[in-house]
Amino acid sequence: MNKKQKKMLLRIIAASVLLVAFHAMPLTGPVRLLLYLIPYFIIGYDILIKAGKGIKNRQVFDENFLMAVATVGAIALAISEPDGDYTEAIAVMLFYQIGEWFQSYAVGKSRRNISELMDIRPDYANIEVSGTLQKTDPDDVETGSIIVVQPGEKVPIDGIVTEGNSVLNTSALTGESLPREVNAGDEVISGCINMTGLLKIRTTKEFGESTVSKILDLVENASSRKSKSEDFITKFARIYTPAVCLGALILAFFPPLVRLLFLNQSAEWGEWIYRALTFLVISCPCALVISIPLSFFAGIGGASNAGILVKGSNYLEALSKTGVVVFDKTGTLTQGVFKVSGIHHNPIDDAKLVEYAALAESASSHPISKSLQQAYGREIDRTRVRDIQEISGNGVTAKVDGAEVAVGNDKLMEALHVEYIPCHQVGTIIHVAIDGTYAGHIVISDMIKPDAKEALARLKAAGVQKTVMLTGDAKSVATEVAKTLGIDETYSELLPADKVEQVEQLLEKKTGKETLAFVGDGINDAPVLRRADIGIAMGAMGSDAAIEAADVVLMDDHPVKIAKAIKISRKCLRIVYENIVFAIGIKLICLALGALGIANMWLAIFADVGVMILAVLNAIRALFVKKL
Amino acid sequence: MKKTYKIDVDCANCANKMELAAQNTAGVQSATVNFMTLKMNVEFEEGYDPNSVMPEVLKNCKKVEDDCEIYF
Repeated sequence: MNKKQKKMLLRIIAASVLLVAFHAMPLTGPVRLLLYLIPYFIIGYDILIKAGKGIKNRQVFDENFLMAVATVGAIALAISEPDGDYTEAIAVMLFYQIGEWFQSYAVGKSRRNISELMDIRPDYANIEVSGTLQKTDPDDVETGSIIVVQPGEKVPIDGIVTEGNSVLNTSALTGESLPREVNAGDEVISGCINMTGLLKIRTTKEFGESTVSKILDLVENASSRKSKSEDFITKFARIYTPAVCLGALILAFFPPLVRLLFLNQSAEWGEWIYRALTFLVISCPCALVISIPLSFFAGIGGASNAGILVKGSNYLEALSKTGVVVFDKTGTLTQGVFKVSGIHHNPIDDAKLVEYAALAESASSHPISKSLQQAYGREIDRTRVRDIQEISGNGVTAKVDGAEVAVGNDKLMEALHVEYIPCHQVGTIIHVAIDGTYAGHIVISDMIKPDAKEALARLKAAGVQKTVMLTGDAKSVATEVAKTLGIDETYSELLPADKVEQVEQLLEKKTGKETLAFVGDGINDAPVLRRADIGIAMGAMGSDAAIEAADVVLMDDHPVKIAKAIKISRKCLRIVYENIVFAIGIKLICLALGALGIANMWLAIFADVGVMILAVLNAIRALFVKKL
Repeated sequence: MKKTYKIDVDCANCANKMELAAQNTAGVQSATVNFMTLKMNVEFEEGYDPNSVMPEVLKNCKKVEDDCEIYF
């Protein structure tokens, strides 16, 4: 509780005690009024002052002003009656303040809770100065400095280990405590906790550019991107208050005038003004306005604790409507670790063929070329390679030791008019032609991730209607993977540009409000990530590109997290809708009952404060996502 | 130019009113108020100096909600 809240709590207690005490005393006349005014001013003086300022600034639809009118009106009505009830007006003010107090307390508490969940901000970095460690503000550490991370401390800045080995706990980033071993030469990212040994790290980034800063920035700004539900509520709140006030005005004057002029009955002004004042009490849209952003904030906070970063409330909303999930195969459903699994039809030595292929592919960062280089196993002598030409999606041609080497798929061989021998084995087939003659092929295959099958099953269980896989790989590989995993549609042999086109076609085909999510590893599918309704990047630990391009970022590379993300979003949105329907519903019912004279001010204040408290409590539920 | 300011305000509806008031200030292209993180993101129109626009923004915000603060 902060100072403001403590002071308010004291005022609430003092006013309640006085109210109960005076109620028990046999008071009459002006003394009674004067005594009752004490708790009224204790609890409501700030509202009255704010109302005064509101009038000065022409803010008639200000809650303070409306609350002041309602309570002053109720007191005036009570004075006009012989045995008027002052408690009602004071109670309205009291409960209104209790509501405000609760709201401020609950919001403050969930703010703290959520920032605790995301407590990955390192407070200091250790720098060794003449043999002793000095704690420094991470912001002041220059790139290239050597920092020391002791066991139990957080890695404050991204860098490369220069000395020592240890085990890192990545749970703060990924939501899972899977220990990761690091040795000298390994990259480490900030936010991990060093568990066992002392590490010396040469920083490669400034603190502001490090993973941990980026993540914090992203989560903190996420709720600034507002969802449609929030926009709806903001607009609703803008018209709701004036509409209810207008209703109150009509209720105060129209029925009495009709009774007086046309029905020849007594006007009963007091009764109708009372009903109008009841209206004013219900006119505050607080319950709605607070509970919707709070639900999103809690949902985003809960998700980030599970290692799922959602970049905005709007994306959380879109995610909850996911109907189609499109996967990139490599690195998403499969491990993206290719291994040479066969070498066929080669007139030259196996090792020689791999050597030529590895050298020709030496400039490419594609996982396939990496695995070729791995199979080659020796340092690549780049001086042996010249004229490297990459033919997007098909392969490369290059001059190796003066020989014209072409390395690539069927299409490349066809383009070069080289007769090739197709392979019966499933995997990526890399044909090699040397000086225009076929020199055999290398089979490289990828491993399906162990939890990929479960991930797809869970997506279906979560209500996703269609799963699609896009891949640049050969059809045989794609079909095999799709069959194993139970994917509905597969499109293979796609160039990077084809993937965008394919996603566009899928976007056109889908009907209704459902959204299309694309899941990729964020490395070379940034255009597709942007084009889809929701771009989900996986395995973002240490990949800035993925964090930039995607709308939803999974910190580790487990595809099961996709279903979890969808479930979190569904829970959050269900809470949002519950709150919208519940809060608007109760308010409308109370307005109707108030107009008919069935609801008194006590019920009205419940419609205002009670609903708000319930909606806030409901909103906080969005934070609990562990079991989803 | 975009800038983020820390704000202080007690109720969510007041935050929305501040947002509207800030948006309607001369020199402000767009403004969003995030009640949960108590931050205001302001995008300024070209040719306007944030240092001269922000006092106006605060003045307009004070009109709709007296009990608010923007730290700039």
